[in-house]
Amino acid sequence: METTRIVIIAVGGQGNLLSSRLLGEAALSKGIPCVISEIHGMAQRGGIVESAVLLGDVSSPIVSVGEADVFLGFEPLETLRGLGKCTRDTIVITNTRPLPPFTVAVGQGTYPLVDVILENLRTRVDRVIAFDGTALAAEAGNPLSLNMVMLGALIGSEAIPLKEEEVKDAIRNSTKKVFLESNLKAFDLGMAAVQ
Amino acid sequence: MHKLLTDAPGKAMLLLGNEAIARGALEAGVSFTTCYPGTPSSEIPQQFFEISKETELFFEYSTNEKVAMEVGGAAAVSGLRTMVTLKLVGLNVAADPFMTLAYVGVKGGMVIVNADDPSMFSSQNEQDNRYFARLAGVPLLEPTNAQEMKDFTVSAFDLSEELQLPVLLRTTTRLNHITSAVVLGKLKPVKTKVVFEKNPSQFVTMPANARRMHGVLLEKYERAQDLAATSPLNQIIGDGRWGIVANGVSFDYVKDAVSDLGIWDQVSILKLGFSWPPPDALYLKFMSQVDKLLVVEELEPLNERELQALAQRNGISIPIQGKGVGNLSRHLEYNPGMVRQAIAEFLGVPCHLPKIPDLSRLPDLPGRPPNLCPGCPHRASFYAVKEVYGEDTIYPSDIGCYTLGIAPPFNMADFCICMGASVTGSCGFSRCTDQKVVGFIGDSTFFHSGITGLIDGVYNNHKFTLVILDNGTTAMTGYQIHPGVDARPLGVDRTQVSIEAIVRGCGVKDVHVIQPFKVKKAIEAIKAAKEYDGISVIISKEMCALFGKATHQIKKVRPFYINHDKCKNHRVCVQKLACPAMYLDGDHVEINSDLCTGCMVCAQICPENAIMPLKG
Repeated sequence: METTRIVIIAVGGQGNLLSSRLLGEAALSKGIPCVISEIHGMAQRGGIVESAVLLGDVSSPIVSVGEADVFLGFEPLETLRGLGKCTRDTIVITNTRPLPPFTVAVGQGTYPLVDVILENLRTRVDRVIAFDGTALAAEAGNPLSLNMVMLGALIGSEAIPLKEEEVKDAIRNSTKKVFLESNLKAFDLGMAAVQ
Repeated sequence: MHKLLTDAPGKAMLLLGNEAIARGALEAGVSFTTCYPGTPSSEIPQQFFEISKETELFFEYSTNEKVAMEVGGAAAVSGLRTMVTLKLVGLNVAADPFMTLAYVGVKGGMVIVNADDPSMFSSQNEQDNRYFARLAGVPLLEPTNAQEMKDFTVSAFDLSEELQLPVLLRTTTRLNHITSAVVLGKLKPVKTKVVFEKNPSQFVTMPANARRMHGVLLEKYERAQDLAATSPLNQIIGDGRWGIVANGVSFDYVKDAVSDLGIWDQVSILKLGFSWPPPDALYLKFMSQVDKLLVVEELEPLNERELQALAQRNGISIPIQGKGVGNLSRHLEYNPGMVRQAIAEFLGVPCHLPKIPDLSRLPDLPGRPPNLCPGCPHRASFYAVKEVYGEDTIYPSDIGCYTLGIAPPFNMADFCICMGASVTGSCGFSRCTDQKVVGFIGDSTFFHSGITGLIDGVYNNHKFTLVILDNGTTAMTGYQIHPGVDARPLGVDRTQVSIEAIVRGCGVKDVHVIQPFKVKKAIEAIKAAKEYDGISVIISKEMCALFGKATHQIKKVRPFYINHDKCKNHRVCVQKLACPAMYLDGDHVEINSDLCTGCMVCAQICPENAIMPLKG
């Protein structure tokens, strides 16, 4: 079986770990071998949270430098910072809405313009899919559904061997009723954003 | 019902590695579980905590790891299947009972899960705890994936009972936090009580007994070595003339690398799952069928040295290498690309390196270090102490979220090495310097190992201020209970122990209990403590914002905003607090109302009173 290596980068609190878990559930239901890894601990306190989802015939739980097939970034600055996981052929899907780190507010560095970030991504990677996922999450009725938007975009990009309904089933099975409608809507908006 | 109680043998379930260990313990019929929480092992006891509410399983969050090992040791000696879970440095704390438990042996299976942390994602060092199996003389099992984390746990209990010896089940962060499908086995019923059978000549380690029991331990070691050599947990895969020995997550990297390099027909792999005592007979067999040997193991070259010594004793001259091949080193964790490259270099086969984009000309990217959360009471405590004690004071700190006081604008962590050293470090600094000293310790850490240090300070007439940051939970590791909290919101009955009563009981005369969100009053109390000639303790009491919200103990409060008619852009708020809810919009400070918890600390320090509650 082909191996697909997905790296997801987000800021603590953006729901990275749930999105990798949902991919795992969808893969399990489809009978695709899947290994996920994540880092907990200090990183949760507003730092960077990275997870990896590996589908297919593979045992290693992590993705080395330059080995991501798909790179999903929930925050534009962190997408650019994490670009070492990619090659020119990696499909990069990124949210464009900044979440500036506190270091910027206290004067330790400035946040680059989003256009500059995107330009830097596009000169290094052939396929960059960028959109304001945070706005779509708000449109779906829940700002916390950004992770669902990004999952929708990932499936919409057709970069991985999982289909819309498989991931939606995983969402249905693990979402509280009150959030289900907005989560599915967020997923749809994410899918539509890449098509 | 808790998902790990699913009674469906053969069903595949997506489990976190730590969940798989907990499930394995249930399938082995574990009845007694203890721990002090520590990342990356914390999710194992979290499962036991929840499951103990629904079943007969005994579980306790012990006050520290030594306590957990001793409480669990008593149960294992009595005949119950027992699991103690620890992070790497936790075993340092528990080393004393651990070493001698191996002498007295156990009757019920005792599995000690020990999570190492190569690359130190959440630890203060990256010690290799495989040394502890060698030091204590107990068997060491090392799973390589989520399925094995469950299966090896069952094997570990059986092995422990067979040898009547505690068994160390060693994982690393990557395995603790791996998630993949695990095929469930059968659950075993829990045995809740036993009768302790007295046998002082075995269980009381007076010198005469200890001498004899050390002999018994060495005999068990011989038997364990024979078991390791024939154990199905150790496996030779393939029959090529190039040998690779690998353990733990390194085995996964090796397996993928051999596939990627397309050299399965030339390679054989010795997968080590039961690596101590060393399976000498198996090592000799493996060395006899290969021309050269690469040992792939993270951290210390323990298996490498073992194989080299064994080869030397047996006149075997094949090259045996490990550390130093490619980028394989004793420092930080391995990864698939690194292992692939090392194997290719050692065996002289081509290996294509990925073409990484040129990242040398990226714009300067602002850092995103971890930070105290919006509404974190520690931020308020740091602010108030800094206002009184300033930059020149020495601030020993401790292990917890508040270690993040190291970050600007506070810069209030000057010494932090292990649990409890904020207090004892303060004792030392206050004697060896004429500088002011203020130590910071969390509530759970104070119970863990702050109390003995505080008594030392009182008894030896040291002079410093200790701030106990009481946020009502063990926050850093995921909101576990501890003796100082009201455990009822989490659905369990525990007796709450008063920090203030302990502090007074230790003989501290100058004790202040403050609420850090009341900034003026807090500063007054800290000023009084600074004037006191002796040991002062400030108990800073305010619930962790995340925990309070998650347990509905903190109701949604009104977020604040900056009134730009009043704001004169002094930026005292961001400069002194660095709250992540604040950001710069062009030239002005704004507050993200989604993140603001309404703690009101910034509103109290704004010189223009420009920070106000949002209406509505």
